[in-house]
Amino acid sequence: MSIEILRAAGPDTRLDVVVSSLSSDAHTWNLVYLQLLLEELGCRVTNLGGCTPDETIVHECVARRPDLLVISSLNGHGCQDGIRLIGTLRACPALVATPVVIGGKLDVAGGGDGHNAVRLLAAGFDAVFEDTGGLTPFRSFVHTLAGRAAAPLGAR
Amino acid sequence: MTVIAPQRAPSFGEVVAEFRARGELVVQPRMGFADPAHMRQGLLATRDARAATIGTITLDSYTRVGDHHAVRQALAAGADLNGYPIVDRDPTTTASMLDGVLTPRFPVQVRHGSADPRRIVRALLDCGLHATEGGPVSYCLPYSRMSLADAVDYWRQCCETLAAARGPGREPHLETFGGCMMGQLCPPALLVALSVLEGMFFWQHGVRCISFSYAQQTHAGQDEEAVAALRELIHGYVPDARTHVVIYTYMGVYPRTPGGARRLLAESARLAARTGASRLIVKTTAEAHRLPTVAENVAALEHAGAAARAVPRRTVIADTGIHAQAKALVDNVLALDDDIGRALVIAFARGYLDVPFCLHPDNAGRTRGYLDQDGRLWWQRIGTLPIGDLVEPPTVQRMTSADLLGALRYVERKFDDRFVARDIGLDAGHSLHLEQGV
Repeated sequence: MSIEILRAAGPDTRLDVVVSSLSSDAHTWNLVYLQLLLEELGCRVTNLGGCTPDETIVHECVARRPDLLVISSLNGHGCQDGIRLIGTLRACPALVATPVVIGGKLDVAGGGDGHNAVRLLAAGFDAVFEDTGGLTPFRSFVHTLAGRAAAPLGAR
Repeated sequence: MTVIAPQRAPSFGEVVAEFRARGELVVQPRMGFADPAHMRQGLLATRDARAATIGTITLDSYTRVGDHHAVRQALAAGADLNGYPIVDRDPTTTASMLDGVLTPRFPVQVRHGSADPRRIVRALLDCGLHATEGGPVSYCLPYSRMSLADAVDYWRQCCETLAAARGPGREPHLETFGGCMMGQLCPPALLVALSVLEGMFFWQHGVRCISFSYAQQTHAGQDEEAVAALRELIHGYVPDARTHVVIYTYMGVYPRTPGGARRLLAESARLAARTGASRLIVKTTAEAHRLPTVAENVAALEHAGAAARAVPRRTVIADTGIHAQAKALVDNVLALDDDIGRALVIAFARGYLDVPFCLHPDNAGRTRGYLDQDGRLWWQRIGTLPIGDLVEPPTVQRMTSADLLGALRYVERKFDDRFVARDIGLDAGHSLHLEQGV
């Protein structure tokens, strides 16, 4: 899966990030954008693209042991597909503690009432970024994570 | 003289041609609901709208990816789906949903987005329908992870299934989606070339009634030129098919204000009228926010139909080279193999066809489109596309996430501009509204 992107010169957060859609979601502009954004934040990004089966996401994460998995979904199935995925991820011993976040338009109704976020957090996501919230919370999350990753091992 | 012909309903292509002969632009929604009663209500409302309409059944995205287990699970649990699951609904349920909806003047097209639509095609024929859309490239690269070679094979089978269903009163119709690749930032020449190549592929495998898509991009003059190029190439390369051109209202990031959304829809309807296109797939004022309601769809159909009325056909169109580029791309593919499907697979493997910003493993990913300050869409990089003698990409080729977002949001901003003061929270949620279609 490749897209030719010129690496931006920026502070290297040294985070390895996997970006992915969910199994039934074909939207990919969000993934291209997130890749560029994360690279500007100094992350090394593996972009798994659209319609990614759960097994592919699990397989790639077990192989790569990323510092962060970013799930982005816009087709309205994000909540149900996301809950299924995180169950599979968390059942995998290697991925029990991997930071995993999800964002986008997560239900058919337009959501935004916080109900999705509660369910997704309870299911095992570390953060939920519904598309009414803008980018700042996501950037802050990455910065915080990068700060933690940069700290000496004993302090983590 | 009296001729007694067998009773037959006009096919999709004939109905579109009849409307066109009367000077009416056919308008069509993207509507799809999981619940049969809701789907039926949507189709009837489409039929009754004050415009020349054709019906749509858009399928859910589990069906699109062939995850029928998930469809059945969702139906059993009463969970909502984002479209009508035609494969997993009992055929009698679908038949009664359609009973009294289909008329000689009101055909219904099934829209699905699937790279392997074999079961979908069989299901729609079983339900008495005969029109659908897509293509081996356009429903594989952007919307699936399937290998292009597999998608080509599956689409060949689908074309053959459709062709075999031809009979008195039934002329199967297939529409290319190649003119809509990625929704935005794919330069017009490649959209035109892919639309033509997919139509040629359909023809090679027996489909005789074909429509060719082109999605409205970022500049009206450039779009006129692209549609003119498309029509010329259809005439030259698929001369014996019954054909028409279908325009898609902008498929990229959509205006968030109702006023901006309606202006953009009206502009696409006028584009269709000026360029002599026969049909328009509309978008609604809800597009940027959620799946639209039936009422929002009807409002969009009527607004588009009215906007297209009495718009004169444009006869003089400036040539910035779209036709030459598209023809070079098509000819290059045709020279690779007599079998168009094989030629398409070779072309993508060698980067002779290469869709900007497409993450599919079979796409080289070495091309890129960008917008100039007037909103025209150009090549920023051409990779190994065989158009090096026809275009001059800029020397500076850097694109930041902000540049990308700016290009993706150019149309949204332009059309929301005058309504923005009344809008709320425009900055709040802009980051992830990056639509690309289905």
